[in-house]
Amino acid sequence: MTRVLDVRDLRVSFPSADGSRLHPVDGVSFSLDRGETLALVGESGCGKSLTSLALLRLVPPPGRVDPGSVIRVGDTDVLTLEGEALRRIRGRRIGMIFQDPMTSLNPVFTVGDQIAEGVQAHFPVSKSEARDRALRLLQEVGLPDPSARLDTYPHQLSGGMRQRVMIAIALAAEPDILVADEPTTALDVTVQAQILEILDRLRRSRGMAVLLITHDLGIVAGRADRVAVMYAGQIVEEAATPELFARPSHPYTQGLFASVPRLTGPVRRLTPIRGTVPPPVAWPAGCRFRPRCPQAFEKCELPPGLLPVGSGHRMRCWLGEESS
Amino acid sequence: MVVAVVLLFLLTHVLPGDPLSREGAGHPLTAAQLEALRARYGLDRPLHAQLGAFLGGLAHGDLGTSIEYGRPVTGLLLERLPATLLLGGTVLLLNFTFGIWLGVRQAVKKGTAEDRWLTTLSLAGYATPSFWLGLVLAWLVGIKWHLLPPAGMRDPVLEGGTLAASADVLRHLVLPAVTLSVVSIAATMRYQRSAMLETLRLPYVMTARAKGLSETRVTWRHAWRNALFPVLTLFGLWLPFLVSGSVFVEAVFAWPGLGSLAASAVGNRDYPLLMGASVLVAGVVVLASLLSDAAYAFLDPRVRLS
Amino acid sequence: MTAASEALPQLFTTPRARAGASFLGFLVLLALVGPPLLPDPFRQFDLIELANAPPSAEHPFGTDQLSRDVLSRVVSGARVSLAVAAIAVALSVTLGAGVGLVAGYWGGAVDAILMRFVDGALAVPRLFLLLLVLAVPERVPLLALILLIGTTGWFATSRLVRAEVLRLRDESFVRAAEALGASRRRIIFRHLLVNTAGPLLVAATLGVGDVILLEAGLSFLGLGVQPPTPSWGGMILDARPVLEAAPWVGIFPGIAITLTVLATNLVGDALRDALDPRGA
Repeated sequence: MTRVLDVRDLRVSFPSADGSRLHPVDGVSFSLDRGETLALVGESGCGKSLTSLALLRLVPPPGRVDPGSVIRVGDTDVLTLEGEALRRIRGRRIGMIFQDPMTSLNPVFTVGDQIAEGVQAHFPVSKSEARDRALRLLQEVGLPDPSARLDTYPHQLSGGMRQRVMIAIALAAEPDILVADEPTTALDVTVQAQILEILDRLRRSRGMAVLLITHDLGIVAGRADRVAVMYAGQIVEEAATPELFARPSHPYTQGLFASVPRLTGPVRRLTPIRGTVPPPVAWPAGCRFRPRCPQAFEKCELPPGLLPVGSGHRMRCWLGEESS
Repeated sequence: MVVAVVLLFLLTHVLPGDPLSREGAGHPLTAAQLEALRARYGLDRPLHAQLGAFLGGLAHGDLGTSIEYGRPVTGLLLERLPATLLLGGTVLLLNFTFGIWLGVRQAVKKGTAEDRWLTTLSLAGYATPSFWLGLVLAWLVGIKWHLLPPAGMRDPVLEGGTLAASADVLRHLVLPAVTLSVVSIAATMRYQRSAMLETLRLPYVMTARAKGLSETRVTWRHAWRNALFPVLTLFGLWLPFLVSGSVFVEAVFAWPGLGSLAASAVGNRDYPLLMGASVLVAGVVVLASLLSDAAYAFLDPRVRLS
Repeated sequence: MTAASEALPQLFTTPRARAGASFLGFLVLLALVGPPLLPDPFRQFDLIELANAPPSAEHPFGTDQLSRDVLSRVVSGARVSLAVAAIAVALSVTLGAGVGLVAGYWGGAVDAILMRFVDGALAVPRLFLLLLVLAVPERVPLLALILLIGTTGWFATSRLVRAEVLRLRDESFVRAAEALGASRRRIIFRHLLVNTAGPLLVAATLGVGDVILLEAGLSFLGLGVQPPTPSWGGMILDARPVLEAAPWVGIFPGIAITLTVLATNLVGDALRDALDPRGA
């Protein structure tokens, strides 16, 4: 298995009102192998979007990636790159799909233009060649009547079609890694399945690694090989998907599963996780989930590390210590 | 447009005063002569008849006759139009190049010392009275330092061919153009800066960066193309100020255009001329805002294709 | 008043806003208490010796061709300019708010007619409107001048207020007031007006700067404030013949105008930023 992406100890910080720095992403580590899908799951505010932006060095100022973080794409550490070298990574090694296709596409350029631009930014091809490639990409993402669509504008397309265009743009420079930040959140339910299907098919045909970021556990099952659950800037549990669904071990993960309604199985009460996600200024010392955790005990006042719970299964919780 | 004309016409009758009272300045006029003059200018007819006559004449391009010059107003206006177009055109050009470039630069470098300096400069430029700035520049550059001609459009004793003549006009153009540009570029910079800041925040700018495009391309091709729209609309609203400014600047620099014509018409109490000039100006403003609306529609596919 | 009163303390956070506000305060103070402390602006000191004298300890801004002290003339001019601007703007804002409220709330034919009129009026640059009216009579008394400036300045404000009213009219709190049977007058004044106070204040502040420039320009053309009343624009006009010999006569009034308008713009901008919910 070739490792395409290796992230270690990623910290993203922002200045706070009192002059200190906050870390909405606080020591996140994960890796991706060629051809696999890793799902990064968590509620809004947990830092998953910032993590994905950090991979491309797109963290908006005044935020920045803290020194000590490592983001390795193949052999290169992205964080050491500047200017032209950095530009070459974006799109060419890592492609990104953003959440809301309506606002993520430039309204004054045609769809074909925007895709071809992505091609020409990284390959020395002629305009007509780039246009051909754009056409082929539109076919690949399953857009109906692609040759006509090349000259349409984003506002003329539906949400699902726009998202397909976004995918085509992300693939234009043929990256090894695809980062999809909540690719289906802004879409209707029926369209969601189609988009996920396309992503899956493309992954297999191109042998890409996919980082799927979402708050929806339902998307993860059957689509991702591994899952990492994030809470308050840290990864609190990670495992292969079947393992996580069978044995959710961290109390937060358990809480997430308990609050998702199921269509099959016996009808049961939904149990929400009590309390709300704290903002970075209000993170408790020690285990950050402690105030909301039904199983908290004294040791939780100390910050837990990632402890093994099963094969390829770790969690950030002192409860793991007892079971191992 | 019609409303503007009617309004202008009515305005001249708001305050008491007789535009013909200055005619007899050198020698007193007899009652009969005054009557004859009145009849000639149609001032003895009732108000609504005058208005009707004016509107009728307007439809044929006839704006009445100047009291001071004794010639048709339309002719006078057309004579002076080219000079104003030259001045105005130059100022617009400077606005679209410098004004926009500086505004974008400020937005990209937001928060830096450069941004703060440029903001202060633009605020100061915006606050400067154009006639005063013109006088100061005319005095400093034209008279004290003898660098550029302080007044007029041409050197009356110039020899040489058309090239020399064109160069001469250009030399005379510099000071008035710079004066008028200072105030207008200040405004353009501010609008462009805020429009750019809004646009740079939008998600599709992030998409463009994620594609691996160079920062220059992202700024100009993606962001600015969208930040242009608010500036275009503002342009239509703000043209009246440019026109007013040209009255002062042309008067100060004796630039033979519509502005100085209007200024002297004021001094001579030549209200048909003034009226004609105002109608023309109103027309130009309306035309300009129609043009900017059209340009907007042309450039924004969302408007064009709906 | 809530948004406006919350915004006021925020007004003085940026150094620019503070500079603008302090200059304005200083100027108002100067205009009020200055003249008694300075030499009479009409006093001609010594036509032989002191005409066109450069700045000195005696006359910090120098003297003009009639050997009048430029500094005291500038300060007297401040009184006139500020007074004209304040009254004219008050008039414009009141008219603009009134028309905007009526047009926005009543809608229909009233709105259409009013806005057509405003559009027509806006097509003509304000300067030309004033030139036309002022060119006809021999002499325009100061009060008439102020009224005229005021009545030509409300068009843009009315559009602004109308837009706000349209936006707010459909918000729930207006509906709630209507449902409770509040009279139209009450709704207009209490609810709508109170919420447009913020933008109106901004427009008023910026309007003061505009009027100062306009009045100076008119005076420069001989149409504004008539001599012997001192005004900044008039001073610049008078300075033209002696520009080469005594540049200070024209330079100082111009600087005064620039600084005053700059100050009002800074304060107006600060107000606008303070009232902006996004706080960009």
